Amino acid sequence: MPALPLDEAGKYVAAAYVVFLTLVLVYVAIMAAKVARIQRELSELADLAEKERHPEANPRGADAGAQGNA
Amino acid sequence: MKVPSLRDNAIAAALVLCAGFALVFFYAPLDADQGFIQKIFYLHVPLAMCSLAGFVVGGIFGIAHLRTGKSIYDVRSYVSIHLSVIFGVGVLVTGSIWAKASWGKWWVWDEPTLVSFLIVFLLYATYYPLRYAIEDRDRQGRYASVFAITAGAFVPLNFVAVRMAQSLVHPRVFATANGGLPGSMLLTFLVCLAGMALLWIALVRFELAAKAASASLSRLRRAIEGEEYAPPSGSRIAPRLPTSATSPS
Repeated sequence: MPALPLDEAGKYVAAAYVVFLTLVLVYVAIMAAKVARIQRELSELADLAEKERHPEANPRGADAGAQGNA
Repeated sequence: MKVPSLRDNAIAAALVLCAGFALVFFYAPLDADQGFIQKIFYLHVPLAMCSLAGFVVGGIFGIAHLRTGKSIYDVRSYVSIHLSVIFGVGVLVTGSIWAKASWGKWWVWDEPTLVSFLIVFLLYATYYPLRYAIEDRDRQGRYASVFAITAGAFVPLNFVAVRMAQSLVHPRVFATANGGLPGSMLLTFLVCLAGMALLWIALVRFELAAKAASASLSRLRRAIEGEEYAPPSGSRIAPRLPTSATSPS
């Protein structure tokens, strides 16, 4: 089969590179969502630990902590 | 030797890949036979090589897991195979796009290179159901390592078998026979291969870092809330790092 002309081949080449970039971006986005979830849970735990160390700062500390874990 | 940080690794991967793609489109000459469509091979072949190498790396980590019993190696094996399967998807899709442009068909069944890669890909696609069909974590890790070793050994054997096959249609674009590649094409290909390898390593380290952070979080939560804490069930299908592991070096 003879080589495709540039305008015809360009579409296929662009499609291949776009597929690759999309694949990497989707993977990174999924991983970023996981890392964001970890950060959120970590900050919840930090709040909880802070309230347990200084219960007088928040008289409803236990209730707030329970809500934070919900 | 100092291991570069994940950030440096990711930056290096991005820079080398960008440089490689710039060379592809502004430096490497057009292939006399295939023309512009041959540019796909600077993406397709490094993806395939990294994917296959990653499967072998997964097998090597499987050996380390069975020898030492440390679950960190099981996690590394899992992540290596996971990334390689994702790269494998890229190989199949970019290869099909090239086949459509060059042969007029998305897929042909009488081509050993294509079919053998599909067999390897489907073999590794069974890794996930095998792994998650076993509830016991230790047994799951052992069986997954045995699978990773067996399938990892199959990859180079398969590669050699395909190279020995006499194909009439699949081009050996990067073969050394008949003079091999011109220097400019070879340089471009090597830069793309280096960039892809760096990307694979960076993504593996990224996922391992996320798993390490998740394991540390679980340990922290248990310490704060007591042993009654149970991790969310929906996000725990992948193997977890041991609670003592914090750094995915």
